[in-house]
Amino acid sequence: MQDKIYDVIVIGAGMAGLTAAIYAVRANKKVLVLEGKTHGGQIITTFHIANYPGLPKVSGVDLMNSVYNQAKELGAEIEYAEVMKVKDEGEFESVITEDFEDGSDEGKYLARTVIIATGSSERKLELENEEKLTGRGISYCATCDGGFYKDKPVAVVGGGNTALYDALYLADVASKVYIVHRRNEFRGNAFLVDKLKTKENVEFVLESVTTKLIGEKKIEGLEVENLSHEKRTLTVDGIFVAVGRVPATEIFKDLVELDEGGYVKAGEDCHTSREGVFVAGDCRVKSLRQLVTASSDGAVAATEAVHYLK
Amino acid sequence: MIEGTSDNFENEVLKAEGLVLVDFNADWCGPCQMMKPVVEAFGEEHKDVKVVSVNIDDEEELSDSYEVSTIPCLVLFKDGKEVAREIGVISPKKLAKMLEK
Ligand SMILES: Cc1cc2nc3c(=O)[nH]c(=O)nc-3n(C[C@H](O)[C@H](O)[C@H](O)COP(=O)(O)OP(=O)(O)OC[C@H]3O[C@@H](n4cnc5c(N)ncnc54)[C@H](O)[C@@H]3O)c2cc1C
Repeated sequence: MQDKIYDVIVIGAGMAGLTAAIYAVRANKKVLVLEGKTHGGQIITTFHIANYPGLPKVSGVDLMNSVYNQAKELGAEIEYAEVMKVKDEGEFESVITEDFEDGSDEGKYLARTVIIATGSSERKLELENEEKLTGRGISYCATCDGGFYKDKPVAVVGGGNTALYDALYLADVASKVYIVHRRNEFRGNAFLVDKLKTKENVEFVLESVTTKLIGEKKIEGLEVENLSHEKRTLTVDGIFVAVGRVPATEIFKDLVELDEGGYVKAGEDCHTSREGVFVAGDCRVKSLRQLVTASSDGAVAATEAVHYLK
Repeated sequence: MIEGTSDNFENEVLKAEGLVLVDFNADWCGPCQMMKPVVEAFGEEHKDVKVVSVNIDDEEELSDSYEVSTIPCLVLFKDGKEVAREIGVISPKKLAKMLEK
């Protein structure tokens, strides 16, 4: 068991988690990063990052592979397993991964400090069959999957900038783009709305919510309902969901305090409500969620963890 | 890794005995680039599984006929029949779990 004790266990190998790992190993700590998917986090779908200082136009994949290699070369260990639970075991927190739940005695690690860096994932519509039809007509990334809908009708659900950008992008690919939004006005940029209004194949379906996904094996349409409870069926081959993101913090709700939105409560020092547990990146309560603020948090959280270990 | 095309798909996948993992991907797709080394390592480790890579831009017909609408998309075939499918980035263990299905 001795070898499974770490000074710092980082949960999540996105920008925040990998930066934390770099800072913690450089302070000579024994560090493990646990990642449930591939390393890199949400930025890997972005082809050109325009605002990362010093690396104009770097791709998300290149940037994150390089941060990953840096962390590894400096001596951080990285394991690919989803964390299911973090439990208080007195002197340590025990970090339990999916492998442990599967019944093996692998997959349980003891940490003197924990850094939560699990970021966020796309908010779902929470409709029946949504998961089953994901990849069969439902997508959460227009620039990734838009190409599959050349000359086909699609719908974008949402009212923020992501939804508007998605709709603009799709207007040039798809035959028809419905924008389904529950309000009369858009949260996103007015300039994007104006631009969309000039597109002949774009139709606004406002004050309407999506009530049903239509299609058994793949998406054939969606049912929407407006404020006067009138229903309408839109025939589409694809539905692009852009209704925001949610922090991946569900598993920590008994460990640390979260705000109403599910973000881990902590100030700029990245201390959570629990001693020895820190938080970094998009899953923390903060006003700007970007790569630079994620890496900044990673550095702060790791430095605070190192102080705590002294 | 074998490059899958509409010309060789029948022989390499549909008429192949045993397990074939088909990786639908594109050069411009970041998550596909992240999955590539994972799929390659899987192929090294599981010599009994043939790994075929299909570029969806070059092989539109193939991706259409398998109703691929999100990439990366991994489809596992057994004796020419689809038995499991995963989309998006997944861990090496989750990929190996496809074999249990
Ligand atoms: C489409 C898009 C474009 C963007 N463009 C830009 C841009 O141009 N410039 C910019 O600065 N920012 C941009 N951002 C924001 C930026 O991507 C984020 O701020 C940043 O990636 C946050 O990093 P993070 O490490 O906090 O979280 P994430 O990147 O979300 O990483 C979290 C990691 O934790 C893992 N994880 C989650 N739960 C668990 C668990 N239970 N067990 C193990 N692992 C887990 C996830 O799999 C993931 O790999 C963009 C975001 C999106 C979605």
